[in-house]
Amino acid sequence: MESTQLKCSLSARDFASNQQVKWCPGCGDYAVLSAVQKTLADLGIQKENVAFVSGIGCSSRFPYYMSTYGFHTIHGRASAVASGLKIANPDLSVWIISGDGDSLAIGGNHFIHVIRRNMNMNLILFNNEIYGLTKGQYSPTTKKGHVTKSSPHGTIENPFIPGELALGAGAKFYARVPDTNVKLMTQVFTDAEKHNGFSLVEVLQNCVIFNDDVHLAITGKESKDENQLILEHGKPMLFGKESKKGIRLNGLRLEVVTLGENGISEKDILVHDALNPDPTLHAMLVRMKLPDFPVAMGIIRNVEADVYNDLLTEQIDQEKQKSKFRSPDDLFRSGNTFKVG
Amino acid sequence: MSETISLEKVVIKFAGDSGDGMQLAGTLFTDTAAILGNQIATFPDFPSEIRAPQGTVAGVSGFQINFGSSGVHSPGDSPDVLVAMNPAALKANMHNLKPACTVILDGDSFSKKDWEKAGFSANPLEDNSLSDYTVIVAPVTSLTKTNLADLGLDNKAADRCKNMFALGLIYWLFNLPTDQTIQFYEQKFANKPGVKDANIRALRAGINYGEIIQAHTSTYSILPADTKPGLYRNITGNQATAWGLMAAANKVNRDLFLGTYPITPATDILHELSKHKWNGIKIFQAEDEIAGICSAIGASFGGNVAVTTTSGPGMALKTEAIGLAVMTELPLVIVNVQRGGPSTGLPTKTEQSDLSEAIYGRPGDSPLAVIAASTPADCFDWAYEAVRIAVEHVTPVILLSESYIANGAEPWRIKDMKDLPEIKIDQSGAIDSWKPYSRDNNKKSRVWVNAGMKGFEHRIGGLEKESESGNVSYSPKNHEEMCKQRREKIDAIADYIPLQKYKGKNADKLLVVGWGGQFGILLGAVMHLQEKGKNIAFTNFNYIKPLPKNTAEIFSKFETILVCELNDGQFADYLRAELPQFSYVQFNKMQGQPFTIEELCDKFNQILEK
Repeated sequence: MESTQLKCSLSARDFASNQQVKWCPGCGDYAVLSAVQKTLADLGIQKENVAFVSGIGCSSRFPYYMSTYGFHTIHGRASAVASGLKIANPDLSVWIISGDGDSLAIGGNHFIHVIRRNMNMNLILFNNEIYGLTKGQYSPTTKKGHVTKSSPHGTIENPFIPGELALGAGAKFYARVPDTNVKLMTQVFTDAEKHNGFSLVEVLQNCVIFNDDVHLAITGKESKDENQLILEHGKPMLFGKESKKGIRLNGLRLEVVTLGENGISEKDILVHDALNPDPTLHAMLVRMKLPDFPVAMGIIRNVEADVYNDLLTEQIDQEKQKSKFRSPDDLFRSGNTFKVG
Repeated sequence: MSETISLEKVVIKFAGDSGDGMQLAGTLFTDTAAILGNQIATFPDFPSEIRAPQGTVAGVSGFQINFGSSGVHSPGDSPDVLVAMNPAALKANMHNLKPACTVILDGDSFSKKDWEKAGFSANPLEDNSLSDYTVIVAPVTSLTKTNLADLGLDNKAADRCKNMFALGLIYWLFNLPTDQTIQFYEQKFANKPGVKDANIRALRAGINYGEIIQAHTSTYSILPADTKPGLYRNITGNQATAWGLMAAANKVNRDLFLGTYPITPATDILHELSKHKWNGIKIFQAEDEIAGICSAIGASFGGNVAVTTTSGPGMALKTEAIGLAVMTELPLVIVNVQRGGPSTGLPTKTEQSDLSEAIYGRPGDSPLAVIAASTPADCFDWAYEAVRIAVEHVTPVILLSESYIANGAEPWRIKDMKDLPEIKIDQSGAIDSWKPYSRDNNKKSRVWVNAGMKGFEHRIGGLEKESESGNVSYSPKNHEEMCKQRREKIDAIADYIPLQKYKGKNADKLLVVGWGGQFGILLGAVMHLQEKGKNIAFTNFNYIKPLPKNTAEIFSKFETILVCELNDGQFADYLRAELPQFSYVQFNKMQGQPFTIEELCDKFNQILEK
């Protein structure tokens, strides 16, 4: 028995392909790759049952580095290719790999629709707020005013907040993780895979070459405790080195408070409810940003709802039961036919 | 008592406002004519606006049907009988009436306001402009209303039955039975007895009117058709395409996946397949044309028989993804129901102008297979063949249909699934020394491995592949090698398709060359001249890329090769590139309308008399 089990369960390393990984040294993508490999090993999934589908961009080389099925598609279209693949083979665990340019600019349309349909797939959105592969132009998430190769005088565009866009499109599962926290990433990826429905995980990822330290204020060793609120369902929203700070709802606004100050105690602190179908509070958490607020991390929203693939299977099964046709021959001979000769 | 004259074939056109129900009247007439064993060909011709302004020429919707006992190869050039429900419908068709044609008009719709709106400067019923024709002016609107008066319908509902009155008149004129049409209303409106009764009563009123006033000095009957015995049904090109795709997927025991976005005139394929979830068909109505094809590519990777359907503007959007399918060498059927272009062009009109786009229209050296359907019914066979080529040769295939055959109908001799040719998915290569891009010796195709198969996990993508391993490769020599391999794979298809046929074995002077859906009209014109003993032959291409292997051999027999197509010379240009040893004369039409037999015969005669 033990030997069969050993044979079946794969290690994180088993999920690595024989191809040399070609990201820049120090790129945040490495951490995501290893977190994903660890997740799949932890979940005990077999290689043939997994497919990684990516678009174009640095992160979209990801499938080549996995030993599973993989499809490196075209710019912005990974979600569309993945949708067809998932419909064709609903038993596959399908992971979409995409960047902020891939999913929010050229593939923006597919991004909102793949969320809206709620197929049971995962999308890892590598957000480094820059176009890396084309060498440093601003992206739809680049902060306004940021100087890049295509915005030498600073961008004049308002950035998307990916989570806000996702909630607007009806996202049922949205999480945010920094590329510096492999443990949290692995946890979140695991929950994303377990969620029956579409799971979007935004990774705040560092591009060492074209946008180095873009997330440093959030992820830096010194500042991360103060600047990140790591959400856990059912737990109070506390953060800071000694977990003394918390988030309170004041009227229709969130505010940061400190335990023990002005009579604030833990009972004043919001308790995170990721399962709440109402996305109002989730949207407020998504929008929290420095310097007034910490940045929310972890699973912000995790709601069960109808899943496209289940509904499709159900419809097909029902029609198979109900229909008077059993084969194309029945159909061809139905209705108005006439004999000649 | 009027006499009854027997005819071989007749062309009838129903014309009226977009909302007058002309398409329905035409379709019901078609069903009746077909069930009696006639050969039929239909041509619906309607504006792209759903309801253009009433009473204007822009809003005229027409349905033409050619039916008869023999020689029906096309919907016919111009009608023998025109039913015009208003002055605009008359105006739109007046330039195209046969001499001595019968014109049936609704006399109630010829007020001054009406004929002015249609653009007449005088009442055509009074100014002798119809003197060459047999004109029946029937008070269609008022008689329909009078006949339905006791049913308690409102004005609008009663008005909607006018088309049945007109149809009744036509049934009377051609001595046709009404059973089929009555049955249609009994089934369709079983739950709406008011609508059912009103329509049936209007139909009978039309017949009675013809009988009572003896509207025409003679009525006609059509001789029985000499059609191949068998069980038939009427089918449109789009329906036949849908069924051919379904049949092929069933034959290989795979689910059919359709990823698509609605577009005229291809949408009816989506509508038809959407009805057949019982067959396990998976329909994905995507957010755009790009997602339509991309989802199909994903489904193909997952092992479904994957199809995307579109028309010209959609083809443009799918271009990048077609390149991905070429690079990843996945089976994929891309159906392009052509309409007039470029750009939005003429959405509801027919053209054959996406040929060059299908053959060449991608960045990079990007070969794929291109085939074309030629009649409404044979769309079934070509859709089936498109799937066969896609899965056996592991390649994207473009199937070109065209608005003219997609919306047109003709009788289809119903096929048995068991009689359809075998389609073989060969995964035997995926056993021992399999590599993602190792190739079959003869077909030069890779193995279609489907995501989920244990032991064959691999990665594909748009980046250039290393020969055999399929790993990403930037090697200059490898890229050239892979370009050649992709070309050879498409060239090899020529070894697996039948030889080209032609009609006119004794001829050596003029070879008429067509492709795709102008087949019926070209055949009709050529046969007309052959019957007159002219030195003329005809060949119509369905396999475009690659061409059948004996194409040059056929061409070499003729003094003149005339390429006839509804574009500015795209197939002629392609032939010049493929077979430069011949010279090609062109006959092109770009009017959004099919050829007419008359204009073709004129052209052929010109050349023959040289």
